[in-house]
Amino acid sequence: MLPASHDLAARPKQIKETGPTAWWAKPRADDARLRRFAASEMRFGVVRFPGSCDEVDALLACRRFGDAELLWHGDADLRGVDAVVIPGGFSYGDYLRVGAIARFSPVMGAIGDFARSGGHVLGICNGFQVLCEAGLLPGALLPNTGLRFLCRQVEVEVVEAGTPFTNACAAGDRLSIPVKHTTGRYYAPTQVLQGLEAHARIILRYAPGANPNGSVADIAAVSNGGGNVMGLMPHPEHAVDPICGSTDGGRLFESLARHVAERVAA
Amino acid sequence: MKARVLIHPKEGILDPQGQAVERALPALGFEGVREVRVGRLIELEVDDPARVPEMCERLLANPLIEDYEVISDVGHPAPPSVADAGHAAGEP
Repeated sequence: MLPASHDLAARPKQIKETGPTAWWAKPRADDARLRRFAASEMRFGVVRFPGSCDEVDALLACRRFGDAELLWHGDADLRGVDAVVIPGGFSYGDYLRVGAIARFSPVMGAIGDFARSGGHVLGICNGFQVLCEAGLLPGALLPNTGLRFLCRQVEVEVVEAGTPFTNACAAGDRLSIPVKHTTGRYYAPTQVLQGLEAHARIILRYAPGANPNGSVADIAAVSNGGGNVMGLMPHPEHAVDPICGSTDGGRLFESLARHVAERVAA
Repeated sequence: MKARVLIHPKEGILDPQGQAVERALPALGFEGVREVRVGRLIELEVDDPARVPEMCERLLANPLIEDYEVISDVGHPAPPSVADAGHAAGEP
C-alpha cells in the first residue's frame, strides 16, 4: 500500500489554485490586453507534478501569448487545452532516474494520446526528461559531464526555424536563455542521431563553445518524428520578461501559440 | 523471494562519476585502478522472480543508457563451506 503522498490519483486536501496567495492562478484583467492570442484562439495547459518548480513561470510565460491553466498530474484529463507544456522541476523527487516515475502518472497517459493524435507538447528541462522516459522523444538525459549543477545564461542557436516551436525565429538566430540542471547531457545512440540530423529534428543547438553539459552534437532541443513534440534543456519561461535580461525565450512560446491558434482556427 | 538488480551505465557511455572516483583513489594511495563505473543496486522482495527482467526493461533501468543484471534467489542459504563449518564448531 502506497503512502497517501505517493498515490498518483489522490488530490491534495487543498490545491492552492484560489485564494490570496495564488495571485497567478487566475488570469488578471490586464493579462488579456497583453496576450497575443485570445482565449478563444488558443489555450495552454501546464502540468503540475509533485516536485515541479517552474510551472508558475511557465504558466505566466504562456499567458503572455494565449490563455493558460494548470493541469494536475493525477488527472487523466487535459481539459480541452490546445497545447501542453511540461515544466521543469523534480517530478516525484526524480527518484530512481529523472522523469522515470512521472511518466507513469495519469496525466502522462493523456499526454501520450494527445501527442499521438498530433497535439503539441513542449517539455522544458525535467519535462524534456519525462518525455524521453515516456518514449515520446528519442534519447535520454545523463548527468552533466562536469557533475555540477549548472545555473547560467547560455546561447542557443536556432537550427530549424520552420517548426511549430520556432516559427517566430530565423535559422541561425541566437537566443539567450538560462539553463539550470544537473542531468542535462543529451545522449542518443549514433544511429538515432543520424536519423535526427537527416529528418531535421535537431531544433536548437548550444552555440559553438557554449555547450554547458556535454550534450552530444551540442543538442539543446529535439523534436519527435511528427514535429509536434519538442523537448529542450534551457528554460525559455525564465526569459520572457526584460527584467530577467532576455526575452528570447518568449519567441518559442509565441511560435507555439501562433502555430496552434492557426490550427485551431483552421 | 529476494532479488537484486545491478544497474550500470552501458559500455561506451561516459560515466563522469566513475571517472571522479577513479581520480580520487590514487590520492589515497590506491594505484593501478582503471575503468571505474558507478551504478546502483536495487533489492526487491518478489513473488515471481521471472518478472524482474520485465520490471527492469520498463522501470528499473533505462535500456537505452543502462545495462542490468538480475541476481535472484539472494536469500537462499549457500551450502556450508569449510570456513563456515569451522564457525559452527565454535572456533573464532
